[in-house]
Amino acid sequence: MTASELVSEEIQPGPAPSRPRPVTPLAAGGLLFSVVGIGLMVWAASQLRDYNHGALAATVVGAVLVVVSLYPLWPILRSFAAARERGALLRDDKLVLARRASAAGREEAQIAMGYAAAIVIVAGLLLVAFANSGGIAQTFFTSSAWRQSFPQMIRAFWTNIWVSAVAQVLVLAFGLLLAIMRMLPGRAGAPLRLIALVYCDIFRAIPAIVTILLIVFGIPLAFPTTAHWPPVWLGILALTMTYSAYVAEVYRAGLSSIHPSQSAAARSLGLSYTQTLRTVLVPQAIRRVIPPLLNDFISLQKDTALLSTAAIAEVVLTSKLWEAQLFNLSPVTLAAAFFIIITLPQARFVDYLIDRDARRRGH
Amino acid sequence: MAFLEIHEVHKSYGHNEVLKGVSLNVERHEVVCLIGASGSGKSTLLRCVNALEEISSGDIRIDGDTVSGAGVDLNALRRDVGIVFQSYNLFPHMSVLENVTLGPTRIEGLPKKEARERAMALLESVGMAEKAQAYPDNLSGGQQQRVAIVRALAMQPRVMLLDEITAALDPELVGDVLEIVRKLAEGGLTMLLATHEMGFAKEVASQVCFLDKGSICERGSAQDIFENPREERTQQFLSRVVKSGRL
Repeated sequence: MTASELVSEEIQPGPAPSRPRPVTPLAAGGLLFSVVGIGLMVWAASQLRDYNHGALAATVVGAVLVVVSLYPLWPILRSFAAARERGALLRDDKLVLARRASAAGREEAQIAMGYAAAIVIVAGLLLVAFANSGGIAQTFFTSSAWRQSFPQMIRAFWTNIWVSAVAQVLVLAFGLLLAIMRMLPGRAGAPLRLIALVYCDIFRAIPAIVTILLIVFGIPLAFPTTAHWPPVWLGILALTMTYSAYVAEVYRAGLSSIHPSQSAAARSLGLSYTQTLRTVLVPQAIRRVIPPLLNDFISLQKDTALLSTAAIAEVVLTSKLWEAQLFNLSPVTLAAAFFIIITLPQARFVDYLIDRDARRRGH
Repeated sequence: MAFLEIHEVHKSYGHNEVLKGVSLNVERHEVVCLIGASGSGKSTLLRCVNALEEISSGDIRIDGDTVSGAGVDLNALRRDVGIVFQSYNLFPHMSVLENVTLGPTRIEGLPKKEARERAMALLESVGMAEKAQAYPDNLSGGQQQRVAIVRALAMQPRVMLLDEITAALDPELVGDVLEIVRKLAEGGLTMLLATHEMGFAKEVASQVCFLDKGSICERGSAQDIFENPREERTQQFLSRVVKSGRL
């Protein structure tokens, strides 16, 4: 059999024109799903209102949620309309138009399902929160506990903020120093390279909480002159020592990701090794490592919570005191909310920096 | 005594000997072209001259002073010897103007204002003045290469090394860059250049060296090499170049 025979008409008949796919079953499914979502949301809203003893705010929030949950009905309506149109076009033998109507109708049904799924999830979460006669809401989201603890909590959280800010600045500097030590050239640099390597290995291996305990409790015992130093500064020292080891690795990755031709170009102008590092390599490396650096910083911010183990009055320690006093975890949830609130803008800020750099370089 | 003397230079990477005893003299105001297949050692030789690569043995002298081996002030040497690379190697985080003024301000200690004036005059001369604030990634290859030439010139080098500076350019951009080199040659700048542009070499070179497998196989005037190559390997190389339409 020759190649031309393989593709001859008899063996490979021309393709049949594709039929428009059915719409009505999908639309019906979407309708069913939407109705389930609306039902769940109505139930959740009534639970919300009951739990708050019919308070106006809860009623309004519930009503809004229910109204929003009605939204998928709209694409469902259009989906059914498309299904009818498809049928009419098919009867007229307008195959191409029928296919388009079918595709549009199926897409509308899928959109409805997507929204309905989200509504089911939200309603489900609300129902879980109010299950067990409001057990979850009571344990984690008691607003009176928030109100009582808020003033002290926000003051304590200020400690977390400035501690992480100071530690971040120190980490930036010390981490860079370590990274450069690890990249010193030649035999002369070998001993310092080794020291930096050992430092990074050790401090990445020790859990941050152990370093904090050793430094905050140990340093005042070992050096009595430091006994009346505020422990929070020793906490900053411990966090800096731990995080510098990580950040050094990030810097090093950034520095070694820069093509050797950049270094060659700088050296060929007559710049010394140090000048090349300062004007050409480090600025480019820092731009490249901003996202991973910020990840480490967010992580550092969260680890300020570990200072609570060293009896430093930051937000987690404070929230635990309130928890003990009120027999309620809501202050701890409040601490979590604080951390979320300061972390989000930072993530957006990095995105902005990356975009700006890309724009300036014309990408 | 020639201005730049390269004497019996050997260079090995491990067991791979890339330069096998190259000797070459470049007089002041002379333009010497290195031709040869990829891997023949042209780039390596240039990189050895300004000490981006350490030579294994031999001797390189500029103005009678040995500039190879231990103890040489490399930063001072490189101020005298400018190099332009095939891949431009501009600093992407600096504007065109910052790229050009970096050397003069950091190394010569020239005041910012004077460095800018010098840079702008040079950029003007290559038609890049209006791009002074642009960043390299926004420029075409030809524009980037012109800036790279200016960056090297801003250090007022006594000899320029050009390492296949048009090899990465789109064909229609090659002319602009070569025009600049032609002007520099007319201005009397001493240059040692590796190139695949045979027509250009023929036109500007006062001496052409054909490198083959790490040694200079044949040298002479452009006319000798291109019209009357004596060595068989030179003849083969040139006939291949002619076949590919580059001469």
